[in-house]
Amino acid sequence: MSKDFLTLGEVGWLENFINEYTPIDLTYWSNETFMEALPIVAQGIQITLLLTVTTFALSLVLGFFWLLLESTPFRFVNLIFYWIREFIRSTPPLIQIFFVYYGLPMLQFVDISFTPFMAGLIALGVHFSTYIAEVYRSGIESVPKGQTEASIALNMTKFDKWTKIILPQAIPPTIPMLGNYLIILFKEVPLAATIGVLGILQLARNFGSQNWSYLEPLTIAALLFLVMSYPTALLIRWLEDKIKRNNPSLKKARERVEV
Amino acid sequence: MFESVPDIIRYVIQGFGVTTSIFLAAAAFSYVMAFVAGLCRLSNITIIRGITAVYVEFFRGTSLIVQLFWLQYAIPMLLGINIASAWWIGVIAIGLNYGAYLSEVVRTSVISVDKGQTEASIALNMTRFQRMRLVILPQALRLMLPEFGNYSIQILKGTSLVSLIGVTDILYFGDVYRSSNLSEGAMVYFILLIIYFIIALPLIYLSKKGEKIAKKGAAT
Repeated sequence: MSKDFLTLGEVGWLENFINEYTPIDLTYWSNETFMEALPIVAQGIQITLLLTVTTFALSLVLGFFWLLLESTPFRFVNLIFYWIREFIRSTPPLIQIFFVYYGLPMLQFVDISFTPFMAGLIALGVHFSTYIAEVYRSGIESVPKGQTEASIALNMTKFDKWTKIILPQAIPPTIPMLGNYLIILFKEVPLAATIGVLGILQLARNFGSQNWSYLEPLTIAALLFLVMSYPTALLIRWLEDKIKRNNPSLKKARERVEV
Repeated sequence: MFESVPDIIRYVIQGFGVTTSIFLAAAAFSYVMAFVAGLCRLSNITIIRGITAVYVEFFRGTSLIVQLFWLQYAIPMLLGINIASAWWIGVIAIGLNYGAYLSEVVRTSVISVDKGQTEASIALNMTRFQRMRLVILPQALRLMLPEFGNYSIQILKGTSLVSLIGVTDILYFGDVYRSSNLSEGAMVYFILLIIYFIIALPLIYLSKKGEKIAKKGAAT
């Protein structure tokens, strides 16, 4: 039985307890490897965060385009883009990443190839923009119809109606929703490890394959994600409660978009 | 470019059974976990509430792909068994992950049932269990439907990850096909996406239907 499990000071009783009363087998675990892997895996934070932020920025922009493409005067065009968006939304992002990274450069009429980072950025950015579009839409729908009618009655131009009446009311309630998606995106970014982006997960797996012990580095990876996403989630829940208390009509709009 | 399509489909479809079986098993498992964890978080007993909160926040706070790799190595340690089949690890990881998300749906739906309903059933001298089973849950279930539909699509998307731990699903066969026909890459993955979309279509339909049912007026 390995002796180095949590023997910080006098907690040998814990080891005895685990050995006697639980099926947990401590021979798989080593504290030394854990400490050794920690600084190496933590180096991936930078790339993971960078990919998260850039992907989020891309999806914020693209989400707006979906909204425009689905509200053209031609119903047929709207319907086509609606189904394209539905297609991207309900198929696995992992395969979309493979499609961009392994598939697109192989097409004869496209002469491009992507670095793993770029491929992850494009695939995840497009995938998430389909959710972001939904957030934008729900924000706009949460503005009561009377507001539009009033601005028409006041003879406002279309531009004024949007910039002065609708958007100022539609944007604040979407902020916590966008925050939620930022966290969800942060947790999807390790998918890019499968094509070799050297984020937290890929560094953990590399360490595992070099030292032939995967459990410790992967535990570190999981803990790093938890440590970063949980406080952010708490912050956003708090923000959400605060905004919800201020305008109760938002509850309905919110239900539709939760992933 | 298109002449290889029947070949690709015939090759990839070998994994269809595994993909659907993982999806169904993981979905069933996560629904069960959702109700168990969701109701435990509403329990009177602090310890039960605390333990489920840790479970839910851990699985919601880390990503599925990390959990999948982690469980692959952690299950032998936690359960003291050396061999666990990749199929089971996939089902357990996806089930635990989405079970945690869905438990929040269960919890919030139960809470959002009107308080007067609870008060009325207390006035009728119902036990706690009767109250939940006969009055609260039937009303809460209706509210859960759209979210369960949404998450079912998420679960389906999640099943694509199991090929990473060596389960022979359609993505696994797609990867094998691509590695011997590199120039077909785009076509292979596009076909895979379409297969996933076809499986997702009934789920999309059901979640739209669930939304309509949930919207129909009733005491909420």
